Amino acid sequence: MKEIDVKRIGDKTEELFGKIAYHYPAGIMDAIRQAHQQEDNPRGKNVFDMLEENARIAIEEHIPICQDTGMAVVWLSIGQDVHLTGGDVNEAIHEAVGRSYTANALRASVVDDPLFERKNTKNNTPALIHTRIVPGEEVTIEVMAKGFGSENKSQLKMLTPAMGVEGVKEFVLDTVKKAGPDACPPYVIGIGIGGDFESCAEMSKAALLRETENADTRYSQLEKELLEKINTLDIGPMGYGGKATALKVMVEYAPTHIAGLPCAVNICCHVCRHAKAVIQ
Amino acid sequence: MKRLNLPLTEEDLRDLHAGDAVLLSGEIYTARDAAHKRMHECIEKNEPLPFDIQNALIYYVGPTPATQGRAIGSAGPTTSSRMDPYVRELLEKGLGGMIGKGRRSRDVKDAVKEHKAIYFVAVGGAGALLSKSIVKREPVAYEDLLAEAITKLTAKDFPCFVGLDIYGNDIYDHGEL
Ligand code: SF4
Repeated sequence: MKEIDVKRIGDKTEELFGKIAYHYPAGIMDAIRQAHQQEDNPRGKNVFDMLEENARIAIEEHIPICQDTGMAVVWLSIGQDVHLTGGDVNEAIHEAVGRSYTANALRASVVDDPLFERKNTKNNTPALIHTRIVPGEEVTIEVMAKGFGSENKSQLKMLTPAMGVEGVKEFVLDTVKKAGPDACPPYVIGIGIGGDFESCAEMSKAALLRETENADTRYSQLEKELLEKINTLDIGPMGYGGKATALKVMVEYAPTHIAGLPCAVNICCHVCRHAKAVIQ
Repeated sequence: MKRLNLPLTEEDLRDLHAGDAVLLSGEIYTARDAAHKRMHECIEKNEPLPFDIQNALIYYVGPTPATQGRAIGSAGPTTSSRMDPYVRELLEKGLGGMIGKGRRSRDVKDAVKEHKAIYFVAVGGAGALLSKSIVKREPVAYEDLLAEAITKLTAKDFPCFVGLDIYGNDIYDHGEL
């Protein structure tokens, strides 16, 4: 049994949200530079020039990459041999998000009630927290600041088994076309396949966190094919035309019911802000 | 790249075509979802709008808080289509144009053409860069809306593109769009 104080989880969460508002993840920045090189549409190239300049200013002058500093999403993977001490871990995370958004001059973009009052909570809380119990005695924190321009363009569909791979491809392309220029392309696209209704949606968002190649070659092949197809749509950077409509496509999958083929597409803009830390 | 001073003249507008890159200097008002809802309520109740809308340019933006020594924090455009339901009535009241990102509805496109107005698009997710072209920000109305309050910006060479021009052309008319 390993004891971990929730304060350490809070402090790390606070630090990570402060960082990702100003720094692109290395993998995303590399993908932007690479897509810039391959872009031959002049207006598309102009957009990439501005995005790279923006990334430089964000770091050097400490101004958030984008004004929509997102809703705070946190994945906690808690080792089953960990005993969390020092208070309520959820509270610790909400408080950390509040502190981070205030101290780092990030935008408060959360309203308390979705339908009626829509009153701003003033410090971007609450956070959305997903917890998983995993083997081991450490806690892994993964954070994402998800902008809603792109979240709004995400979709889920309960496909049927007969629709198969073609059905998935069609749904993904259709979702990207519907997002069109509105959600700040070039996009990073997270896809969840399988599971049930809500786990599929969560998978599609968690897919955005991945920094490595898909270990399953069938799925990595599907990712490649989808990326190629998406980049022939001529939506391009900011939708002004060009090759780079998406930077990455990442698929996660899970067992599902004999009658189902749930598919969720989480659209993320190029400002795909996430980071990870392990607490031992 | 065209340098333009605000408010735009009829001659400026005649010269602008969807896709043109421009640098805007002058006064711009900020307003997004919640402020539009309130302006709509003003119009319904026949109350005056919180600023002089004649020939004004509205920027759909909700910036991050300004840090010390800066006029404004990160300040890129938000998705314009959410404001589509409010555009026609504002154009009828004299609004000159808008800055945002993304496609507009058929009705907005028609209204922009009918009123000889303009819609500019700025690069989304380039809020740090765009903030450098804003030299001043003053409160105007609805401060309780925080980032969504209406404020008056003074822009200096604010980079954007013509999205919809007075001829009805659209920067997004290409490819699979
Ligand atoms: S979609 Fe992304 S880049 Fe665009 S405004 Fe929202 S957070 Fe910023």
